[in-house]
Amino acid sequence: MDKQTNQRGWLLVLPVVVIVAFSAILPLMTVVNYSVQDTFGNNQFFWNGVGWFSELLDPRSELGARFLEALWRNLLFSAIVLAIEIPLGVLVALAMPRQGWTVAFCLVVMALPLLIPWNVVGTIWQIFGRPDIGLLGYTLNSLGLNYNYVSNDLDAWATVIVMDVWHWTSLVALLCYAGLKSIPDAYYQAAQIDGASRWAVFKAIQLPKMNRVLLIAVLLRFMDSFMIYTEPFVVTGGGPGNSTTFVSIELVKIALGQFDLGKAAALSLVYNLIILIVCWVFYTIMTNAGTERRAKEGVA
Amino acid sequence: MHSIPGRRIIISLFLIFLLLPIYWLVNMSFKTNGEIVATMTLWPHQPTLENYIRIFTDESWYSGYIHSLNYVVINTVISISVALPAAYAFSRYRFLGDKHLFFWLLSNRMAPAAVYALPFFNLYSAIGLFDTPWAVALAHCIFNVPLAVWILEGFVSGVPREIDETAFLDGYSFPRFFIKILVPLIGSGIGVAAFFCFMFSWVELLLARTLTTVNAKPISAIMTRTVSAAGMDWGLLAAAGVLTIIPGALVIWFVRNYIARGFALGRV
Repeated sequence: MDKQTNQRGWLLVLPVVVIVAFSAILPLMTVVNYSVQDTFGNNQFFWNGVGWFSELLDPRSELGARFLEALWRNLLFSAIVLAIEIPLGVLVALAMPRQGWTVAFCLVVMALPLLIPWNVVGTIWQIFGRPDIGLLGYTLNSLGLNYNYVSNDLDAWATVIVMDVWHWTSLVALLCYAGLKSIPDAYYQAAQIDGASRWAVFKAIQLPKMNRVLLIAVLLRFMDSFMIYTEPFVVTGGGPGNSTTFVSIELVKIALGQFDLGKAAALSLVYNLIILIVCWVFYTIMTNAGTERRAKEGVA
Repeated sequence: MHSIPGRRIIISLFLIFLLLPIYWLVNMSFKTNGEIVATMTLWPHQPTLENYIRIFTDESWYSGYIHSLNYVVINTVISISVALPAAYAFSRYRFLGDKHLFFWLLSNRMAPAAVYALPFFNLYSAIGLFDTPWAVALAHCIFNVPLAVWILEGFVSGVPREIDETAFLDGYSFPRFFIKILVPLIGSGIGVAAFFCFMFSWVELLLARTLTTVNAKPISAIMTRTVSAAGMDWGLLAAAGVLTIIPGALVIWFVRNYIARGFALGRV
């Protein structure tokens, strides 16, 4: 099925382009504008060239140190979260019941955390984890563990990670479940006749079918964990110290807290660029996988 | 054959893990503050509705829910209506720069809200929309419109091209074909896209909080204000939290049969 060339397409996408350009390009221009200027207040700006950028990328400066630390912290967080959520999501998807009312029940419960406002997710875990009034904190402490996410770095990290697993594993699981559901029963019957082991079925039938959705899951989870703001902000406020200050939290601190427009703008642009690059890599892989699959199906 | 050993245990443990923190929030919301602070009880021993009554009788609280629903609905309507024709174009036509355009749109879905907080503040103050639901609704378009295009494109591509051709041969004009034939055919897709727009607009806080002060302040921002105040009112906070979960739960219930396909964005 080949697409026909028709420039009328532009007419149809015009509203989308206008609305997204209004809310993406216009603000981004403001950011670019700020990033090359400095101010003495009173709305007097002067040209600063790449000053903010060189400061931002220089680990010896105060700003650079803060940014690079937050960046590494954030990358570590994304890596841990992906390493837990992707395998767990696949496992849960494989464990889903196949029919009956339990399917709907599982789906509804699993989708629930996804629709809770992000700051309420933070509030839930704040209440759940506090050593004095929270079930989790209270239980851990009565088991003899000295758990307190407000004062201990490691506990704060554990809380933020478990919270993210709680919040987003369902997304991975639901995506994989959708992928699994599209496998015709005949495949399984064939595997049974061949005497394939459970592992062989997973590797040869289920994993290939989940490939595409897994890619989407990894992309979405990486992006969202890389720009996480609200949940850790509510639970730990970026603390104790700076131990859970991720890039977005740092950025909002500089932009809306200190009103350091130049620094914030430079940070925004570098941050955006990183995301754009990662996004492009994924997009290329995804479209390539799509063409390959179409080519294969065309042959078959 | 495609089940794994111990699957009942795995799924049960996972569901318990998901439900336990929510249960704790619900539990808290029915307790008095005295009971919360003084004792550790697994269920409310002196159940009270006081927290909920306070929210429903105090305008500064319940208006937050109205504000939130307001901009979420506006955003969903805008996103779906502009995304529909675009999704059709991306699915059916090849035109100059289509792939780049699609990528550019998608990249906006991934842009961190923190980057846009300050420029949005300037922009919407300048055009006089600051502190209205329109500001938040338009701001949320930056991630919801690309998402809606992406989802709907998958669903439109699922409609055989022959249907378009037959309709045009039958003398349907393009707008008439679009409304009479295509939209009903991808009805479930539109439902799924609306669900996602609702979801991401409903859960977002940073932009919604930055762009409002009084008249359009969303419930989630009102809650953070309470959190920072000295002397925590845990019961009230929990009750407000429970009430923010309910709209989401209702929406899930309505789309429960489409959830699986919906989360795969129509492209399994």
